[in-house]
Amino acid sequence: MSETAPIRPGSWRPKRGGAAVGDHVFKWLTLVMALAVFALIGAIGWQLAVGSREAMSRFGWHFLVSTDWDPRRQEFGALPFIYGTLVSSAIALLIAVPISIAAALFLTELAPPWLRQPVITLIELLAAVPSVILGFWGLSVMAPWLGQHVYPHLQAALGFLPIFRGAISPYCTLSAGLILAIMVIPIVTSVSREILRSVPGLQREAAYALGATRWEVTRIAVLSYAKRGLFGAVILGLGRALGETMAVTMVIGNSAQIVASLFGSGQTLSSEIANEFGEALPGTVFLSTLFELGLVLLGVTLVVNALAQLVLKTFAGPTAKQRP
Amino acid sequence: MNTIMIDRGEMDTGASPAEPPLSGQAPPSTPALQSLPPSSSTAPALSVKDLCVYFGPNQVLRSVSLEVPARAVTAIIGPSGCGKSTFLRSLNRMHDLVPSARVEGEVKLFGQDIYGPGVEAVLVRRRVGMVFQKSNPFPTMSVSDNVTVGLRLNGLRRRALLAERMEQSLVMAALWDEVKDRLNAPAISLSGGQQQRLCIARALAVQPEVLLMDEPASALDPLATAKIEDLILSLKKDYTIVIVTHNMQQAARVSDFTAFFYLGELIEYDTTSKIFTSPSQKRTEDYVTGRFG
Ligand SMILES: Nc1ncnc2c1ncn2[C@@H]1O[C@H](COP(=O)(O)OP(=O)(O)OP(=O)(O)O)[C@@H](O)[C@H]1O
Ligand SMILES: [Mg+2]
Repeated sequence: MSETAPIRPGSWRPKRGGAAVGDHVFKWLTLVMALAVFALIGAIGWQLAVGSREAMSRFGWHFLVSTDWDPRRQEFGALPFIYGTLVSSAIALLIAVPISIAAALFLTELAPPWLRQPVITLIELLAAVPSVILGFWGLSVMAPWLGQHVYPHLQAALGFLPIFRGAISPYCTLSAGLILAIMVIPIVTSVSREILRSVPGLQREAAYALGATRWEVTRIAVLSYAKRGLFGAVILGLGRALGETMAVTMVIGNSAQIVASLFGSGQTLSSEIANEFGEALPGTVFLSTLFELGLVLLGVTLVVNALAQLVLKTFAGPTAKQRP
Repeated sequence: MNTIMIDRGEMDTGASPAEPPLSGQAPPSTPALQSLPPSSSTAPALSVKDLCVYFGPNQVLRSVSLEVPARAVTAIIGPSGCGKSTFLRSLNRMHDLVPSARVEGEVKLFGQDIYGPGVEAVLVRRRVGMVFQKSNPFPTMSVSDNVTVGLRLNGLRRRALLAERMEQSLVMAALWDEVKDRLNAPAISLSGGQQQRLCIARALAVQPEVLLMDEPASALDPLATAKIEDLILSLKKDYTIVIVTHNMQQAARVSDFTAFFYLGELIEYDTTSKIFTSPSQKRTEDYVTGRFG
């Protein structure tokens, strides 16, 4: 007898006990997951710390500020690698961020529909290229070509700046920055594009109705709405640049030195670890210092991210999200 | 019904906003369209002829012709989905932004066809401002920046002048008293009704010649609504206003002329008093008396 009862107020009672239980479970589940991420980072940090105990007790804080690195003479200073990591990542962002955001703006605001999808596919393909392949291309094609046809002109034009002086090596910090930029561009572009797409059409219309040109609409309605999200996209790219190893190793020249010139070779934390790990014997101080380099890389990444959050809080202004 | 008379003595004094550069002396248009408002002896602000709007294969407006007199309030009424917003948006070329939209026919702004060759939509929109059905302030900008952004786009830089215009616009939009102590707060921190009035202030600040308002008061409380209606009445000294409203009393209170749309067609267009007291079409009468809609 499936007699349908007439619809009356209060006549239907959902058959489930305590609707709040689901919320409770959900809340704890998400909390546990969030804590698990912290625990994971903590565990990694702990392991690295254990591995680097030997090096820490021997060199102390001196490890972080010393510029000498010569494993055969038992000299271990991490500063050249910290420097190389920060400088190559900075170059990468300097080049990649304007290009990525411009590309994302082009794709969301300007590109005719028939062009949009091919360009998006192309960018996604670029993101999928394994970094060792990209590094191989950088090693055999990009760096030699730049060293021969671009860097000399750059030096001629901007040689008055210390960063463009000195002997030109095709395998140098600048090449590393460029290859990193190529790797960062697809990520920052894709994420930025999603963020720009989420700007409501009504925002654009508001600006158009004031008689704004397309560029003005982009500036006052789109960028101002999306700036926090775009900043997040940049941070994501920075994370990628700081940790990238293979491609950098193949074009940076691999020498533990700090030189002002971007045409000089250098080394990053991650590529030093990758290069030397196979040669370090278990139980040696050398291996312990490599662990400590890993710990430093983790620290640098966390500090840079924290600084970025601080910048975001201070300068980016309020969120565009509707109040709850 | 104290607002029917338009002070035509004020028309075309030198103080009128910049005339379109191209128009020359437009011949007085006197086609025998049934949809002309009576007594439009002077040149209309907007003159719409055979306007058809399509979204993809869907025809939403069917050959609408009407003339919007200058310095008067014209109300657009009609049931939901009949094309009121679509009509309004074709008056400042907002449909240009919708790829699937197609506009046919002619819309003349003080004699100049805004869809004519060589006419830039940007310049049209600087002269024809708009307040949207859903409020859309720039959320991350401060209250004051929201109001002055249009002026700054047009190259106004002097702080004192910007501040003065901002205050005037906020006062006119009946918002000044509520926000004068938090001009630097982000617009997102205002209430929904305050945000809508902020949008009105933003549109007023650039002093358009024609102001299009799409249900500007639908999210406002009676007090703020009354203030907006007062504002509309005071604005028509200088501005031409086209307002979409679902509120019959509001249409009767503020407008001089009323156009009734139904299923994409203009059914009747006349003085507001005529539409509300003795409309010539049965459907208009049914609608304004609330018998369908
Ligand atoms: N961008 C669009 N794409 C496709 N169809 C649209 C678009 N905008 C409006 N329409 C259609 O045009 C018709 C008229 O819409 P419009 O917004 O003009 O109605 P309205 O009279 O303003 O209604 P309301 O009183 O509910 O605001 C509707 O059927 C709607 O679905
Ligand atoms: Mg509407």
